Amino acid sequence: MAPPTTLASPAGERLSGPGSPPLRSAAERLASYDVADFPLPSGREEEWRFTPTRRLRGILDAGPSTQRLKYTADLPEGVELVELAADDPLRTKAPAPADRAAALAYLHTQGATALRIPADVELSRPAIIERRGNGTAEPTWGHLIVDLAANASATVVIDHTGSATFSGLLSVIVGDGARLRLVSLQDWDDDAVHLEHHAVRVGRDASFTSAIVSLGGDLVRLTPTVSFAGPGGSAEMLGLSFADAGQHLEHRLFIDHDQPNCRSRVAYKGALQGDGARTVWIGDVLIRAAATGTDTYEENRNLLLTERARADSVPNLEIETGEVTGAGHASTTGRFDDEQLFYLMARGIPEDEARRLVVRGFFAEIVDRIGVPEVRDRLLAAVEGELAR
Amino acid sequence: MATLEIKDLHVTVAADGDGTQPRQILSGVDLTVKQGETHAIMGPNGSGKSTLAYSIAGHPRYTVTGGSVTLDGTDVLAMSVDERARAGLFLAMQYPVEVPGVSVSNFLRTAVTAVTGQAPKLRTWAKDLNDAFERLSIDPSFKERSINEGFSGGEKKRFEVLQLELLKPKIAVLDETDSGLDVDALRVVSAGVNRVREAGLTGTLLITHYTRILRYIQPDYVHVFVGGRIVAEGGPELADTLEAEGYEKFSGTSG
Repeated sequence: MAPPTTLASPAGERLSGPGSPPLRSAAERLASYDVADFPLPSGREEEWRFTPTRRLRGILDAGPSTQRLKYTADLPEGVELVELAADDPLRTKAPAPADRAAALAYLHTQGATALRIPADVELSRPAIIERRGNGTAEPTWGHLIVDLAANASATVVIDHTGSATFSGLLSVIVGDGARLRLVSLQDWDDDAVHLEHHAVRVGRDASFTSAIVSLGGDLVRLTPTVSFAGPGGSAEMLGLSFADAGQHLEHRLFIDHDQPNCRSRVAYKGALQGDGARTVWIGDVLIRAAATGTDTYEENRNLLLTERARADSVPNLEIETGEVTGAGHASTTGRFDDEQLFYLMARGIPEDEARRLVVRGFFAEIVDRIGVPEVRDRLLAAVEGELAR
Repeated sequence: MATLEIKDLHVTVAADGDGTQPRQILSGVDLTVKQGETHAIMGPNGSGKSTLAYSIAGHPRYTVTGGSVTLDGTDVLAMSVDERARAGLFLAMQYPVEVPGVSVSNFLRTAVTAVTGQAPKLRTWAKDLNDAFERLSIDPSFKERSINEGFSGGEKKRFEVLQLELLKPKIAVLDETDSGLDVDALRVVSAGVNRVREAGLTGTLLITHYTRILRYIQPDYVHVFVGGRIVAEGGPELADTLEAEGYEKFSGTSG
């Protein structure tokens, strides 16, 4: 029998050669509220080289706009969604924007929408925030803040639908000892563009789980960055994406271990189907000299369901201390395993159903770990829908 | 009575993508298996026994270049893999495949539904399943595990036989189901195959390298398979000859 066709992708393929950008350490990352600190990218920069910038409809150089996402919130007792003025100090409580798109969003939103969960409050059910796009002609800017005070516990689901040319900043503060589970669903219409920086600060002994599910949209580029405000914090970053023909789904993570005894786990899985389906996953993890006792592991797995789809996967681990508890990464990109298909079909299961079983199985681990029943069924249905296309 | 009829079957295996030509593996196999009969196919490594099994099941790596395979007169070779299974063919694989994330219970229910054409009755299904697990000495906790993932070699083989019992095929091809089993596992697996035989609804094609399993499963016919075809046929006594003398007299090699 032929061996399973799992192709290991070149890990850390940050090659520096003629015409390619110079190597840049994750430690040199810039964070700033000033748009001028981020020049308009030419497309050759390390952080933009995978992104088809011509499909961004000029949003990286766009001005103010009156167009906003429409918010609909379904919130449990004890929390509310509030509008903040441009100069509200909460707007700068989380780390600053890490790229031009997010800095522009901060500048042009002229305010923010905030979900504040007071100290010691435990939400009885998920807070669901729907953000609906109203068209792609005008740029849409947004700044959303999730502020979880000390020892609070919450699940927050942000659900993106409709159509937009949207650039956002999502500021997340997880207070000391707090627990936040944050789900971001990208279920956009086919023509949507969605850029968003998730700027996350995890407090002392706090726990943060993020689940990013990208299914719809023409181009989705999300850049979650996590840093720690004190020792003992934990970050679990889960991702699930399904790219169709022509779709570009990009997820660039940066976990900045700058405090001792923190833990991070990253698990992203992507399926690709159709001509020009494209996913990009960058997993940068930096363990600074102060971050002794760090325990980190990141993995990205991609499943190519058809020919002419492309998955780029670049894990990158930088370690500046010798005293880590664990540090590792894994990345695989494989074709659909025909042996699995044969096994299921040899038991009478028709091909389309067998394929569904295998793809659902591929995602099952992530779906289970996301662990939000309200999201689970929706997710499984969405994956079914993608497979039926 | 269900009959699998293989006539003058020629099969090549696809090249490994290195520019080589497809290799001829089977060169004229004739074999008829009827419901209720048990045929042992014995042969040395590399004789093409597994190719025969996979060709009957329709594995895409193998190409039939001549001959025919029919089940009750219907052309099996024109059917897709899943159609063959639904028509009543079953292949217990030598190397069962792991399918991560697909639970055993979901898989079995889906397979039984596909093969019988209707979902198993909720009322009796749980019990039927538990009984099947017990008969094969598989811990019930395996129902919630992924297909074959982390199973030992023996557990994989027992799980193949469990599927055989649940799916009740007309013709079962067992590809080296005995290989890699210790004596206890061999007993459990053989007992499962014998239950299926005693039901009388299944014709069994037992492919093996060793005579060991034939002490537990008594064949009606023994076929010696060398060089991609059947070179000798007989009753159970032929297995004893092979046990005593090896394959040399049929192939000139020790296999």
